[in-house]
Amino acid sequence: MGFEKFGKISYTSETKVKDFVNYLEKGKIMATQCRMCKKIYFPPRMDCSNCLSVDRMNWREINNEWTLITYTTAHFAPTGFEDDTPYMLAIAESAEGLKLFARLSKDVSEDQVKLGMKLKLTPVKLPNGKIVYEFKPLGE
Amino acid sequence: MRYGMSEVAVVGVGQTAFTRACGVSIKELCFEAFREALEDAENLQPQDMDGSIICSAPEYDKQRSPAGAIAEYLGLNPKPTFYAEAICASSTTGVRIAYGLIKSGLHDLVAVIGFQKMSELSSTEVQERMGRGADIMWESPFGLSMPAGYALFARAHMQKYGTTEEQLAKIKVKSGKYSVLNHKAIFQREVSLEEILNSRVIAAPLKFYDCCSNADGASCIILASAEKARKITDTPVWIRGLGSASDSLSMANKANLTGLNCAVEAARQAYKMAGIEPKDVDVAEVHDCFTIAELMAYENLGFCKPGEGGKLIEECQTYIDGDIPVNIDGGLLGKGHPIGATGGSQVRTIVLELRGDAGKLQVKGAEIGLVHNIGGVGLYGNVIIFSR
Ligand SMILES: [Zn+2]
Repeated sequence: MGFEKFGKISYTSETKVKDFVNYLEKGKIMATQCRMCKKIYFPPRMDCSNCLSVDRMNWREINNEWTLITYTTAHFAPTGFEDDTPYMLAIAESAEGLKLFARLSKDVSEDQVKLGMKLKLTPVKLPNGKIVYEFKPLGE
Repeated sequence: MRYGMSEVAVVGVGQTAFTRACGVSIKELCFEAFREALEDAENLQPQDMDGSIICSAPEYDKQRSPAGAIAEYLGLNPKPTFYAEAICASSTTGVRIAYGLIKSGLHDLVAVIGFQKMSELSSTEVQERMGRGADIMWESPFGLSMPAGYALFARAHMQKYGTTEEQLAKIKVKSGKYSVLNHKAIFQREVSLEEILNSRVIAAPLKFYDCCSNADGASCIILASAEKARKITDTPVWIRGLGSASDSLSMANKANLTGLNCAVEAARQAYKMAGIEPKDVDVAEVHDCFTIAELMAYENLGFCKPGEGGKLIEECQTYIDGDIPVNIDGGLLGKGHPIGATGGSQVRTIVLELRGDAGKLQVKGAEIGLVHNIGGVGLYGNVIIFSR
């Protein structure tokens, strides 16, 4: 239990990385890094597919500077997200080479969005007591 | 011989019409495709099969373990039957497994039956399942659908290569032109470029007519060992090459956002096994669940260079009389996409083309055909090469 707080609709409650949500509630966006081989994982994981170590990860804050690679505006949504449309979904790459899929903030209008723009990842508290992260333009 | 030795042939093909609501049970749907394939295979009987592989995406089924229910209804007991799933690539995965079973000598006549009855569920239930098609831990909680996944590829392709919405729309124009000639296709109307470009946005830049529609349908492919095939028919169609690969489920972990790496890898394997090059292909069926998917397939299969897919459709080179005819049966955009049946339908079209039995949709003198069938958003990729 614990991870079900992540996202407007979550499908996962039990995971070894449930502490991610606790950090997120404190405003921290955390990756994991393998103590054995140093590989960084974001989204975080406790099992290292690189050196096969288990539970030998340290939590560490991410370098929160991202570049927009691609995005779409969804006008049509899976069950449970219908009220949110239209919303923007994006993939961005961080300064340390991590890649992430998340929404682009509704504070940004579609005509302001340009591929290559700089973004930061920000925790967002949702009305139903849940929490998630979204991309916002860097510098806001 | 131009190709490596092949020991597995397709001896019979069948397909139901693809419709919005078939109004029959999944067993009855499969029976229709199976019966047609038996007839096509010079009137083989159900008991001639020594195994069956049933393919669909189980989240749309009410029946648990559908292979058992379908094998019973089709008269396939007591021969072994089992289920194969790779979402939209399920039935070409079934063909790959059948190839292995026959080549190993375990079996010599196997029926691969793909089906989907998407009208079995309400549209809310379908949307709910669509939400769980992405990585449920890190990506589904944001509301990621299949069209949005392919739209992320479309935007990246446009940015990198200057591909336009008009070029994508031209793929749907081609599809409509051919689906009206395919009486088994769901889409029986041609659409103009303007109508496509003005259709409502689903996931920008993809619009309504850039997307294929859900459908009910079934397909059946009967595969045989060389010895058996020559006894059954004078017109076997041989499997010359198979390739299969996977990519990340997560959108974020895809190393390439302007093409499908699983398709590139599967194509490389299939061409190598067949000993041919992309230019040797006379007719292809590619997985055009969205217009951008067909455009990327041109590039990933080597029909043109990366970034030149837009030019290929603008020059009409993928039309029936072009350099490389693609989806001459209307493709998924024209036929509809009953998930588990789609790969089998693609194989059926190529088999008919290579036998010269494709009627109004016949590509003149086609000798080598290729099937490209993708599961999920570039998740599973199968490429199969056939020849007479
Ligand atoms: Zn490690």
